[in-house]
Amino acid sequence: MNTPSRNSYRFLFAGDSALVIQFGETVDASINQHVRKISAIVKREDIEGVVDLVPTMRSLMIHYDPLCISQAELKKFITPLLGREFTLDDDIIRWRIPVCYENEYAPDIEDVSRSLRVSASEIIKQHTSVELEVFMMGFLPGFPYLGLLPEIFDLPRRVEPRVHVPPRSISVAARQTTIYTIDSPGGWHLIGQTPVDFYDPNRENPVLVKAGDKVAFFAIDSKEYSAVRRALKADEYPLIMDC
Amino acid sequence: MAIKIIDPGFNVTVQDFGRPKFQHLGVPVSGAIAPTLLRLANALVSNTEYEAGLEIRLMGPTFEVLCDSLRIALVGTSTPVEIIDGDITFQPANQSIKLKKGQIVKIGNVSDSGTTYLAFEGGFDLPKTYDSMSTYVRAGIGGYKGRPLLAGDVVPLKTNSAAAHGELKLNDAWFLDENGPLRVILGPQDDYFSSNSIETFFDSKYSVTTEADRMGIRLDGPKLQHSKGYNIVSDGIVTGAIQVPGTGQPIMLLADHQTTGGYPKLGTIISADISRLGLLCPGAEVTFQQITVQEAEQILVEQELKIKTAIGNFKPADPWLDHQALYNENLISGFM
Repeated sequence: MNTPSRNSYRFLFAGDSALVIQFGETVDASINQHVRKISAIVKREDIEGVVDLVPTMRSLMIHYDPLCISQAELKKFITPLLGREFTLDDDIIRWRIPVCYENEYAPDIEDVSRSLRVSASEIIKQHTSVELEVFMMGFLPGFPYLGLLPEIFDLPRRVEPRVHVPPRSISVAARQTTIYTIDSPGGWHLIGQTPVDFYDPNRENPVLVKAGDKVAFFAIDSKEYSAVRRALKADEYPLIMDC
Repeated sequence: MAIKIIDPGFNVTVQDFGRPKFQHLGVPVSGAIAPTLLRLANALVSNTEYEAGLEIRLMGPTFEVLCDSLRIALVGTSTPVEIIDGDITFQPANQSIKLKKGQIVKIGNVSDSGTTYLAFEGGFDLPKTYDSMSTYVRAGIGGYKGRPLLAGDVVPLKTNSAAAHGELKLNDAWFLDENGPLRVILGPQDDYFSSNSIETFFDSKYSVTTEADRMGIRLDGPKLQHSKGYNIVSDGIVTGAIQVPGTGQPIMLLADHQTTGGYPKLGTIISADISRLGLLCPGAEVTFQQITVQEAEQILVEQELKIKTAIGNFKPADPWLDHQALYNENLISGFM
């Protein structure tokens, strides 16, 4: 029903310094791809007064400086861009991310295994079987929403959200997977942990990935986890795939 | 070229105007929650308006001047600045104050307004992350080591001595007396609320609860009814958004808000009224008025003119009698 078409969008008002272009109201990978495409097109135009572009699953928020450009002017710039063809994208990075799925790092993997009626090793196999796309960034600094996972991961969130989810936790729900970046509450199922900091305030650029990047996970054991963490600290562990 | 914190006050942080260009990475904007006041404080000490300063809520810091001389300005409160230098003197807020090495400055209780700023001539010599010195405590970035100030911190400044000129004062602290309804543009999810609820929102008084911090202000008043549930697929959030979760009580989102979120947003406070949100104290009552985007744009232009005019109209402040110097020269005796 929500087939993304270049004709089906709505402008929504978000005050006098942000404009939302909504392409749908549901979670749909093809709508999201369309949102990111439009975001890239608008970014390339480098419109004076546009401050930032935040693509989400189903909409694009354009933050702008109202002393520089009025909402009416902004719409006039944007509208003709919405029908433009554009192929994604030049600066996409392909990441290879190690994940430890062993018990101490995966507090929910047994629960997930029970509710999905598949073995833990099958969950790991499926979780590492596909290259995923960063649909959007949000919730926490550097926090990516990745998908789509294979169909077996079509499960609801936890009934009881956790108050504390440790950073670097890998979680799943609704065929998406995320990486927690700082200690925070969270309602998704924790099936592993990565030694990689997707957010590190001590790095020059604290955030690792951006919307549109691709991520493939692979399994490591708990001994490797500490070794990888040390190697990352020494800057001796490549995370980017050679294309 | 620094100040040394003796008493940190309550959650005092370094703030400038935040990281608006990095929301696409999930990084909150942060920055001053009452930006107009920080701009005025900066202008009083002859900084560019967009320098970083200290943001103070409730209780300010006490610090020692370690540089040869230093110029500061406190804006947002009517509480004077206490200066301890053998004796104790008081200097008013809303003007620049020149200090000397070894003097102790006490900001004290500033709970007469929601937020107060202390600007330093030359600004802080602190690293920037994503183009900003703003402290975002939750993720440990910006400011002084990514956290509020603590006793013993030595916060570096860019200059060692205050420029040689007289002191300036703000003619009229109009922003402390602004009341009247907060102005709101409907959307982006006004269609998630019944028309009765939208009427209720604009016809009622809401009070500021104690759950008010740099992320947002939780309000208490007539409950709002959602017409299509209270979960949406997460979309972008802008500062000033009025988000209504399942409780039906609105939350106004401030500088440290998340970049995306999954609750419907009934409306958005206009840019020109954002600084007023930062000044609200728990217990304050607020009302709302719906206006159009075009009206909001006009009001913002007028407000910019007002700020520029206020800066252009700074008056010379009365010279501060340096009691110690006068005493040393036997010009006065037994004062105070």
